[in-house]
Amino acid sequence: MQRREFLTKTLADKIPVKDPVLGLQNQKLPDHLDLGVASIAPFTGSWGRAEVIHLLRRTLFGFNKADVDFFAAMNMNDAVDYIMNTPVNPPLPPLNGYNTIQLSDPNINAGTTWVNGPDDNQFTSQRRNSLYSWWMQQILNPDRNIREKMNMFWHNHFSTEVENVGSPIIAYNHHKLLRDNCLGNFRSFIKSITTDPAMLVYLNGNVNTKTAPDENYARELMELFTLGKGADSQYTEDDVKNAAKVLTGWRINNSTYTSFFNATNHETSNKTFSSFFNSTIITGQSGANGALETDDLLDMIFSKSDVVARFIVRKLYRYFVYYVVDSNIETNIIIPLADDFKTNWDIKPVVTALLKSQHFFDANNMGCNIKNPIEVISTCSKAFNIQYPNSPVEDQYQAWYAMFTLGAYAGMTIGNPPNVSGWPAYYQTPQFTETWLNSDTLPKRIFITVALMAVGYEYKTGKKLQADVIAFAQQFTNPEDPTKLIQDTIDLLLPIDLSATSKTTLKQSTLLFGQTSDYYWTTAWNDYIAAPTDATKKGTVTTGLQLMLKYLLDLAENQLS
Amino acid sequence: MKRKDFLKKALPAAAVPFLINGISIKSMASTPMLEAIKRASLKNGRVFVLIQLSGGNDGLNTIIPVDQYSNLSAARSNILIQQSKVLALNGNSATGMHPSMTGLRGMYDSGKVSIIQSVGYPNPNFSHFRATDIWHSASDSNQYVGSGWGGRYLEDLYIGFPTGYPNTNDPDPLAISIGYSVSTALMGPSTSTGIAISNPTSFYQLVTGTVDPAPNTPAGHELTYVRLVLQQTQSYNDTVKAAALAATNKATYPTRNSLGDQLKIVANLIAGGLQTPIYTVNIGGFDTHSSQVSSAGSTETGNHADLWKKVSDAIAAFQSDCEQLGIADRVAGMTYSEFGRRIKSNASLGTDHGAAAPVIVFGKNVNPGIIGANPTIPSSVTVNDNVPMQYDFRQVYAAVLEDWFQASVSKTDSDLLFKHFDTLAIFKSTLAVKKAQNSSSIILMQNYPNPFKDYTNIEFVSPGGHVELRLFDNQGRMLKTLIDGNVSKGSYTEVLDGTNLPAGNYYYQLITATGQVGRHLVKL
Repeated sequence: MQRREFLTKTLADKIPVKDPVLGLQNQKLPDHLDLGVASIAPFTGSWGRAEVIHLLRRTLFGFNKADVDFFAAMNMNDAVDYIMNTPVNPPLPPLNGYNTIQLSDPNINAGTTWVNGPDDNQFTSQRRNSLYSWWMQQILNPDRNIREKMNMFWHNHFSTEVENVGSPIIAYNHHKLLRDNCLGNFRSFIKSITTDPAMLVYLNGNVNTKTAPDENYARELMELFTLGKGADSQYTEDDVKNAAKVLTGWRINNSTYTSFFNATNHETSNKTFSSFFNSTIITGQSGANGALETDDLLDMIFSKSDVVARFIVRKLYRYFVYYVVDSNIETNIIIPLADDFKTNWDIKPVVTALLKSQHFFDANNMGCNIKNPIEVISTCSKAFNIQYPNSPVEDQYQAWYAMFTLGAYAGMTIGNPPNVSGWPAYYQTPQFTETWLNSDTLPKRIFITVALMAVGYEYKTGKKLQADVIAFAQQFTNPEDPTKLIQDTIDLLLPIDLSATSKTTLKQSTLLFGQTSDYYWTTAWNDYIAAPTDATKKGTVTTGLQLMLKYLLDLAENQLS
Repeated sequence: MKRKDFLKKALPAAAVPFLINGISIKSMASTPMLEAIKRASLKNGRVFVLIQLSGGNDGLNTIIPVDQYSNLSAARSNILIQQSKVLALNGNSATGMHPSMTGLRGMYDSGKVSIIQSVGYPNPNFSHFRATDIWHSASDSNQYVGSGWGGRYLEDLYIGFPTGYPNTNDPDPLAISIGYSVSTALMGPSTSTGIAISNPTSFYQLVTGTVDPAPNTPAGHELTYVRLVLQQTQSYNDTVKAAALAATNKATYPTRNSLGDQLKIVANLIAGGLQTPIYTVNIGGFDTHSSQVSSAGSTETGNHADLWKKVSDAIAAFQSDCEQLGIADRVAGMTYSEFGRRIKSNASLGTDHGAAAPVIVFGKNVNPGIIGANPTIPSSVTVNDNVPMQYDFRQVYAAVLEDWFQASVSKTDSDLLFKHFDTLAIFKSTLAVKKAQNSSSIILMQNYPNPFKDYTNIEFVSPGGHVELRLFDNQGRMLKTLIDGNVSKGSYTEVLDGTNLPAGNYYYQLITATGQVGRHLVKL
């Protein structure tokens, strides 16, 4: 039999087709799934490793055994509180890690930051790349809090593209704004976003002027940022046009990289909105008071508090739990959380309540998210403890940049979502996170992880990012026991356990080198421990571990989170 | 529709006489195999390439209504292409092309381009994402359909897909999206019919593991999906790679042109022998709210000019490649965008989201020329005014399905486009199943008086049969159907009661069995 036929046959025969229409892919949202107990009440079940790992999968960009041990020693309440407790101080800004022998920045020394300005056209792309590297540094660092996951949520929600925003300083300031507000107050966050220079550039607010208003931001403010496009959101095209008029006049000061209100560009007539907004009239104001109309507009939008709160909570739910929201979830999870959210628009209590809920920890909600491409890379990096250089700064930034490019290769270029609505995984019904996967991206995702694990990724001539598979095995107790080693590895990497038969096959074909007795691995491991500098012995255990890990990384189960 | 229901529904069709090499198979029992044989003969080797222009293309600065210049310059002087720079089209003085579109102009002049004017749908949506869904699902504006028009066509053609595919008869992918994601136009009723490819000669080889049953949980649901993608990827790897290696592109493609890179792969795979009928490619950046042109004094340069240079150069290279590779007879393609842009420009050298826009179909077998009239630009244009639709986008799809792919009209009406749409005469009549239609036999007069205060008369000549007279507002919303019924051949006058209409520009449209035509009217 040809190899390809064999593959096709084996896989096709084994794929369980429960329902030939819905079993394979969503043509509509699946309605036959048990979505678990729909209760927002705090989780009271047992706090085992499965629950710890589920929490870490959803709130961190990866973890290793030490992280699991750390949180397993707490109770659920303390663990979630710990994760929600993000650092008070923002991360230090990105640095000049881009000097080369051919071209050095004359104004910014290597290892110092460029974000305090001014922009330098000669270094625009270097500084953008520095921003991406720095961002990957935040994602890949060993911190045990939710900040980067929340930041990614808002980056997707308030989507802008660094490559389109122009100034790297303005782009950095935007991303600092996202991090600073990621668990803050949504109402004030929206105000900051509305006058944020990056957003003004990206959605043309900076050229929105009374003579012919530009509707771009006004539309997305309602459709994508606050009200959504659901059945309960009935704003009209005229509302978009009037909102655009309200927002005329915001401009950017290109020497301070801040926004200001220019009254001469502002449309001062009264703006009348539709019955959806109770026919609100925003009274036109002249002079500096014209800027106050922006607050009136946001107040008017937030007066539709149920619509705004439910839209945001639903999006948070889909990000942290699962993309299917049925009427039961809507009634018992979304609406109660939205009712709390709309009282003061604080984000942190809502996310905390969701993460502590019975529903979140229900076994049916484990493992059902498809990892985004950054998660594919970052979970691999953290599980295998890939080491990044401590110096020089150029090497550090190149190494993080390499990880950024791997994400882009698999379909997710952070800083540059496809468009203003972010990635389809977070809005494209009915497939949502399934959209990450297709015959182009799935092989790339697998290839990346296997390459990082087995051969390494050369980010600079002679310098590699690579897993230390022996250290990976050594983090577990009794790595000489192949059955236990495989189980410990599966528990850490895969959200769905394998059958006993599969584990036996895996063990025999990898750690036991085709034999049936555990003795082969135990001996190989113990021989290596006795002589860790012996290249042959080290090579033997390395090969066995790499075979085992490749087998697991190739599995469909490894795409889930 | 569930597949089981669909099969039941489709079975009676197999009893209709159907000839394969002159032999009627009517007397044979209806079986899935029979259906498969019938479908196999429908796989006629033709390929259609969907070129998506993401963001909403400004149709008025693409296919330029030269006869509307004075009104256009009142509405969009800061972005309008100087009339002297518009590319003239052979045999058509009223319409021209953006100065960047030299490649497509050359194809037009040599009879390889069909332009369909003002393509849209009633009650247009101005959200990128919803409008894209409408175009890809071929639904009405207020309908939500999860599958795509291409996917429905392919799942109908390839019985039972994906179970049992690929196989000896159908070894190739049903559809290919070049790039990182599969177009939602390719979503079939049960699964996506498309695979994504960015490099056809490089694939990753998986080890074969045993596959455990998926648990009956949401995680199991997603696991099954991942496995399907894995299986398809592995299954189609070798055929795609073999096709890519079996032929070499012959034309020179433009460099630094992402669309050219994609079309180059398409030509390579077709010439290499893949029987895949539908390819999708994509180029973004058309959401030109600002800086559509570089300056009011230099409107022929800027972002929109750069984009159309890329699109036009890429298509011209692709066409040349297809001709040199000997596949041009069976390859055609079209450009489309989720909407056009507003007639009136904004102060930021750009245009906001709009409604109808031209679709460009290309290939050796298109009926060359322009279908439909130039959009008429009112003399006084407000920020609310949009280009009204002349043709429904599903009429273009109907032509692709029925005339290019030769799907049956009944199938197209019932399952592929959900209702009947008259085809447009996009493809040469020698190809077309039905006679090409044109709108010359129907006459719609300018209403009088116009502008009007309370009442106005709309006069038309019907060739007989079903007529529909519709009124749209300036944003493309269908306000009412004035006439909807059968009439005998002759001249008719309909009185429009405009007493309740707000002042402004409106559009009325007459649809008959032989075509459709529309005009503007102005309420004072």
